[in-house]
Order: sequence, then structure tokens, then C-alpha cells
Amino acid sequence: MDLAINPFSSGTRLRDMIRSIRACKTAAEERAVVRRECAAIRAAISEGDQDYRHRNMAKLMFIHMLGYPTHFGQMECLKLIAAAGFPEKRIGYLGLMLLLDERQEVLMLVTNSLKQDLNHSNQFIVGLALCALGNICSAEMARDLAPEVERLLQNRDPNTKKKAALCSIRIVRKVPDLAENFMSAAASLLKEKHHGVLISAVQLCTELCKASDEALEYLRKNCLEGLVRVLRDVSNSSYAPEYDIGGITDPFLHIRVLKLMRTLGQGDADCSEYINDILAQVATKTESNKNAGNAILYECVETIMGIEATSGLRVLAINILGRFLSNRDNNIRYVALNMLMKAIAVDTQAVQRHRATILECVKDADVSIRKRALELVYLLVNDTNAKPLTKELVDYLEVSDQDFKEDLTAKICSIVEKFSQDKLWYLDQMFRVLSLAGNYVKDDVWHALIVLMSNASELQGYSVRSLYKTLQACGEQESLVRVAVWCIGEYGEMLVNNISMLDMEEPITVTESDAVDAVEVTLKRYSADVTTRAMCLVSLLKLSSRFPPTSERIKEIVAQNKGNTVLELQQRSIEFSSIIQRHQSIKSSLLERMPVLDEANYLVKRAASTQATVSSVKSAPAVTPGGPLKLPNGVAKPPAAPLADLLDLSSDDAPVTTSAPATAPKDFLQDLLGIGLTDSSPTGGAPSTSTDLLMDLLSIGSSPVQNGPPTSNVNLPGIAETKSAPVSPQVVDLLDGLSSSTSIPDENAAYPTITAFQSATLRITFSFKKQPGKPQETTISASFTNLATTTFTDFVFQAAVPKFIQLRLDPASSSTLPAGGNGSVTQSLTVTNNQHGQKPLAMRIRMSYKVNGEDRLEQGQISNFPAGL
Amino acid sequence: MIRFILLQNRQGKTRLAKYYVPLEDSEKHKVEYEVHRLVVNRDPKFTNFVEVTRFRTHKVIYRRYAGLFFSICVDITDNELAYLECIHLFVEILDHFFSNVCELDLVFNFHKVYLILDEFILAGELQETSKKAIIERMGELEKLE
Repeated sequence: MDLAINPFSSGTRLRDMIRSIRACKTAAEERAVVRRECAAIRAAISEGDQDYRHRNMAKLMFIHMLGYPTHFGQMECLKLIAAAGFPEKRIGYLGLMLLLDERQEVLMLVTNSLKQDLNHSNQFIVGLALCALGNICSAEMARDLAPEVERLLQNRDPNTKKKAALCSIRIVRKVPDLAENFMSAAASLLKEKHHGVLISAVQLCTELCKASDEALEYLRKNCLEGLVRVLRDVSNSSYAPEYDIGGITDPFLHIRVLKLMRTLGQGDADCSEYINDILAQVATKTESNKNAGNAILYECVETIMGIEATSGLRVLAINILGRFLSNRDNNIRYVALNMLMKAIAVDTQAVQRHRATILECVKDADVSIRKRALELVYLLVNDTNAKPLTKELVDYLEVSDQDFKEDLTAKICSIVEKFSQDKLWYLDQMFRVLSLAGNYVKDDVWHALIVLMSNASELQGYSVRSLYKTLQACGEQESLVRVAVWCIGEYGEMLVNNISMLDMEEPITVTESDAVDAVEVTLKRYSADVTTRAMCLVSLLKLSSRFPPTSERIKEIVAQNKGNTVLELQQRSIEFSSIIQRHQSIKSSLLERMPVLDEANYLVKRAASTQATVSSVKSAPAVTPGGPLKLPNGVAKPPAAPLADLLDLSSDDAPVTTSAPATAPKDFLQDLLGIGLTDSSPTGGAPSTSTDLLMDLLSIGSSPVQNGPPTSNVNLPGIAETKSAPVSPQVVDLLDGLSSSTSIPDENAAYPTITAFQSATLRITFSFKKQPGKPQETTISASFTNLATTTFTDFVFQAAVPKFIQLRLDPASSSTLPAGGNGSVTQSLTVTNNQHGQKPLAMRIRMSYKVNGEDRLEQGQISNFPAGL
Repeated sequence: MIRFILLQNRQGKTRLAKYYVPLEDSEKHKVEYEVHRLVVNRDPKFTNFVEVTRFRTHKVIYRRYAGLFFSICVDITDNELAYLECIHLFVEILDHFFSNVCELDLVFNFHKVYLILDEFILAGELQETSKKAIIERMGELEKLE
């Protein structure tokens, strides 16, 4: 731009400036013009130019509207307001409202000018001041100027009165304590005839009711009659051209009065009764062929729903909504849906009748209508209609546009979870939602799905097969992929062998390598995120144990991630590779199925942390199976929590002894590591603590997990028995032996009796009982049997538990154990597991007794408690 | 209560912006941008109401006149149909005042548009429902200039 032909100076007219700004072809040009103009205005301000002050301010406002900074003009506004003439004041107040807001401290400087102007003899200047105060006043100004405004409410001029009334609204909003000062003046304004004053006064009354209960009571007593009269007059009035809109006189006043009536009638039977008739009149007589009429009907219906209306009136209101709902105008349908939400509380049945129409609205092209309708459908779902409604919604999910899917998915998931009566239905719906909108399914929803599947052992086969099929079709839906991969890893053999088929299911042929293929494809899909890939790796690892022939291939796939730049994947890859390669013997036990997840516990957790992110540490134990990312380093298997607990346990000062009740898998570990602990010495030895730690560590992977589904628990006593008869390799024999030698009846079918400890001289068995309603608490009755040939005297049993468990020991039935298994001593223990469902029970025990006066000590650790204690 | 009133053209240029709640300048620009984005592409058959995701408790009532969008943001509980009528009344007043109003009138006389609005709405509430009263009042004010 050439500065020589600059047409701008502070002398340019506003019109010219606007023209030249509009003539700019590029943003840079516009900026240059504005910059120059601002510079000229600044110069004029600093020179104290008087003549063009208000013109400059007008320019500045235009520049402000374009989005340029104009702070330097704020003080100029104040000067203009302080000037004597009306034109200056007018532009000054306009600038004040545009350039400043209530948060700027400069505003405080204007309080004094405002006070003077509010007391001005010229009603137009008073009007300017009221307008500015009403639009931007702060709490301090409200306090300072409230008396002036109060006084102006009684002014003769209707223009001043209505402005003062609206200004009072702002004051009361800022300082609700002032509400009582305005109530009598507000009530007396309702006697006016001028519509502007009336509508302002009605709005002021509504605001006062909101701000103060005292005002509400006062207005209930003093203005109800006036209100009814106003409404009757305005609705009965003949054609009034000045206020006519669509053949109705002043619909705005109608609506404001109806709104105030709602406020007054809410929860007050007398008031409600008083306005019953006029509401009925408005509801029946108002024309509904124009928007203005419908606006009044809409407000009237809302008031009827809001007050203690008679049932006849409510029927009338619901009928109006029914008419609205079938209207062709989208706006009317929208407000009908909006209002039906409120009507549900009043009359659910009446709303249910419109269910089909509402459901159609969910599929409307207009997103506003869809949103309203969806909210409404959600409220309409109950046990009887949940299935058909869900089907409709899920069907629609398929074709709905992307923006709407998130809302829709969230609502469907919520309905499915709330109203599922059978698990199969729940699973089917969830699978469909996952396949259609898996990217929109929130983490806690699919975590809950996994928890449910883990509990529904009869449906696991069906689930994994369905998910496998769906995965083939919709591999792009993140949540679906995660759930599917998890299931294939856990229940892979059910997929391949068509285990636990449902009647309606068609058998599918999936080979072991097909299953591996599916996971591999997912792992390598470019859009898969880290969590999904990590889950794929775990899944592959598990498959390598489920399908030994594929192990070699899986090893290769897993190894490909050894150089991954994401640390989590790299680490998993390296660790998993080494498990596959070097720890064949422990692999199968390490990769057992996840223990059943505690459903109730998860739901409680989930409710507690709905807002918290799912990756938060708190919910980590519950979601571990779903989100294995939270595993601490160095552990290849999900149960991270038991690790911490058991380490905690072993940090107790009581040393672990070799006679720990080793379960079979633990033996493998011990063998593998070459720790010569396979034979159980009759007396408590004292091995080094380092070995203990190792043992603890290694037993972790197996102990709680091994128990697996409760059905397999029956084997456990037999396995534990191995110790007592190491010569016999056959478990079957041992089981026989067990049933003959032990006579402890299994009183509690849910939890099998276990042999908690066994040495050459002593056997301890535990049987379990739970009080109904107290899942955390378990009563264990321990039974001690002396297998040696000499009697034990001074027998004392001690037990230690990790911090999250509380233990109470009752006195033993005797302190003497007769020799040769002739009778036993019993003692009962009560344990409370504060982390029931997340962490299994664990216990360290110590038995001291005397044999022929000689002290003996035996110790052990019990980690083969049945699952679910 | 009315939160703000916007008058925008199809390109998204704001011709009038009146806020009855305090907002930072940057927030105002965001709001203007978002409202324009929401209303400009809506089918004429659709409702004149959009729910603004950014602030869940409000909704925007808008109406299009030729290339101009009049948008009013109100509380979620307010009567949408009434505000729709309100926009129309405002447009009628403008039309009457400028005799056949067009966008350029609003650009060059923006300060007058603000004055008309201040006679129509105050503190986020309706002040006057008579077109005649407002036009007369504007006439009196013009005389004082």
C-alpha cells in the first residue's frame, strides 16, 4: 500500500472507513487499514480532540466488531459518558457495553457517572444509563445503584419503568439478597396497562421468585389475581394491530405470564386451583395454526405439567402434545418431544402410547429431533419393551450418520446393561453394537462385557465363535477387536472344537491356524493402537499353549515385535518369546485361563469410577484382564495384584519352610529351577530366604490362577495329596486314597475342602463356610491330624495373613493331638478378605508342639484356597 | 434468559453480536464460529433449534432471512417457539426502520442496530413487544442527535 495516498485521518467519516475496509481484497490489506485508523484514533485521543470524539468511538466499535483489540478506547468511553450532551453519552454507553464487560475494573470508574445519569432530569439519558446498567452491571455496581433503580420503578414514564424493571432483574441476579427490596414495587407494576411495562414486570417477578422464597410467598399472595386478569384480558382482547402476531394479541405477554404462573403454582395447591380455569381457557381457545399460537400452547402445557393441575387439565395438555407430535412442522415436533420428557413424570402411560412415533423421530434427518427423541426413548424403556426397542435402535445404528453414533451407542449400551434379563440377549446385542459402532463403545462397557463372559461359562464357546465371525467382518472397530482378541486367547479351544454349542448355533470350522491368523491380522493392522496390539500379543501367547502345534509360528510373530519402538510392545514381545522358547514346562500352567472375574465387585468399582479414566490405578485390578497394559514389568501374566500381596506376605518375618503345601504346578517350577525341594521333609527345615522369595514369585503365576473355573477344584485335594505319597505317580489312586483316609464331609458344596498342609507327621485340612450376604467373610474350620506314632502335646496353631485380610482365631478344641490319626483337633478361623474378588486368600501358618517333651516347629504357606473366597 | 444474540451472514461475518453474559473476546470468537458452523449447513426443513454441545445447558434458536442468520442463544428450558417469534419481530422492526432492510444497512448503521436492540431486549429479557412503540422511540432518539 502506498502511504502517500492514505485517505485516512481522524477526520474520515465512519461511513468512509467502513467503505474502505470493505474494499480491501485481502486480510493483510484490511489489517493495514485498521492499523492506520487505530493509530489516528490513538493520536486523536492523546491530543484530547473534542470534535470527533464520538465519531472516533463509533469507528472503534466497528473495528472491535471485526475482532481487533481496542483496549485503548476504554477510557475514552468513560469520558464520553461523563460529557454533558446526549449524542456523546449515547455513543459512550454503547461503547461501554460493547468494549467492556462486568469483569473489567475500569467499569468501577463509571459507577459515579451512572448514578448521576440515573438521577438526570432527561428521561432519555436515564434510559441510556438503565440500559447500560441492565446489560453489564457487576455485583458491586448492583449494590451501589439498587436504590436509584428501585426509585425509578415508580417513575411516571413507562419507558423508564420498563427499563428499571429489567435492570432490577440484572441486579437481583447479581445480588439475590436484594430481591425483597423489589417485590412490592414489582407487584404494583402488574396493575399497569402498558404492555412493555407489564411484560418487564412479569419477568421481574419470575426472577424474584427464583431468588428468594420470601418474595415467592409475597407474590403468591399479592399478584396472582392481577396475573389472571392480565392473561384473561390479553387472551380475550379483540384485534390489536400494535401487538398482533399471527392473529394473536401479544403472544410474548401470554407466555411470560404463563411462565410466572408456573413458578407460583409449583407445589402450591391453592394457587394451582386458582389458575386452573384460565389455563383451561388458554389451552382450549388458542388457535394452533400459527407458530405464535403454538408457542402459547406449548408454554401452557408446560405450566399445566409444572403445577398441581387437575387430571382433566393434564389430559388436555397431553392431548395437545399428541397433536404436536403428529404435526408436519419439525419445530413443533421438536418441542413436543421436549415436553413429553417432562410429561413422563406425570403420566408415563400416556407417553408410552406415542412410542412408535417417538421411535420414528429417532431416525429423523434433523439431528436436533433425533437427540430429543433418543433421550425420550431412553426414558421410555422398561422391562417389557426393552427388547423390541433395543432392536429398533440397534438396527438404526447401522444406518445412522457418524455424528450421531456416539450418543446412540452410549444409550443402547446403557439400555442393554440396565434391562438385560438373559445373558445371551445381552451378549448378542453387545456383539452387534460392537460390530456396528465399536469405535464409539466406551472402555467400561466392553470391560463389563468381558467380566460377564468370564462368569458365563456356558456361553463362552458361543461368545468366542460369534466374536470370531464378527471380527472377520468388522476388523476396524477397535472395541470389538479387543474383546474378540481377548476371547480368542482365553477360549481358543472352544472356537476350534465347537465346544458348548447352543441349539440355534451353526457349527463353524475354524482351524487352529485360522485362529492364530485372525489375531495376527489384527496385530498387524495399521490402525490398531498400542492397547489392542498388546492384547494381541497376550492372546497369541495364550494360543501357543492352547494349540501347541502353532507354537513355532506364534514365536515368530511375537518375535517380530522385539524391535518395536513402543516400549510396552517390545517388552512383551521379548518376555513372551522367552516364555515360549525356554519355559515350555511351565507354559501351560502359566497360561491357564483367567480366573472368573468378580462381577458384583466390578460393577461397584465401575459405578465408583464412572468419571475416572479406566486406566486409573484404582480400577486397574478390576480391568486387568481387559487392559493388560497396566502390568508391572517382569510379569508375563495378568494377575498383578496377587504378586504384590504375596510378596507382602513373604516380607513377614516368619520364614517359609520347605513343607509348604506345594501344588503340582509349583513342583514343576521347582523342578525346573533345580531347587531340590521336591520331597517334603517331615520337619520344618530352614532354607535360605532367597529361595523362599523365588518360590513365592514363581508360585504366583500358578497359585490363584491354577484353580481356574470352580469345576476343576475337585481335583485339588488329590493333587495336594501327592506329597504324602510321593511313590505313587497316579492321581487317580491318590484320590481314592484320599476318600478313604479322610472322613471330612464336604459340608459346603460351593467350596471344596482342601488339605492345607501335609507333612509326614501332620495333616491339616480346611473346610469353608460363608454366611449369606457376607461375601468377604469366610469361616474356615481347620482340622489337625497327627500322622506320627507319638502324641503331640502343647499343640499351638498360628496363622498370618496379608494386610488386606483380617483374621480371627478361635480357641482350638484341644491342645493334644492323639497319635496315629486317632481323632483330630479342630479350630475355627474367621477371615475377612477386604479385597474380595480381586485378590485371593493367602495364609502363612506355623504349628508348634511337643513330642515327648521336645519342641517341634512346622511352617507352611497355603495358596491353594478355592477361588472366590 | 438470552445469553447472546448474533447476526451473521452466510460467510460467517458477524454483523451484530450482543452478549448478556460476560465472555472473553477469544471465547466470543469461538462461539461465533461455532454457531455459524452449526446453522449454516442446516436444511431449511429442519428445526430452527440447535443444541450446542459446548455448553450443554443452552440452545440456539436461529432463523435465516436471505443471506443473514439471526441466532439467539437461550437457556435449555426456554420456550423455543417464542424466541423464534421474537427473532421475527426484531427483523420486522429492522425492516420497518430501514425501510426494506438489507445487509449493507446493518453494516453502515451498526450502531443504530445496537440501539434498536437495546430498546427491544434488555438484560437478556424482552423489553417491548410493540413494533410501533420501538419505532416511535427510535424516532425520538434520532431527533436528539
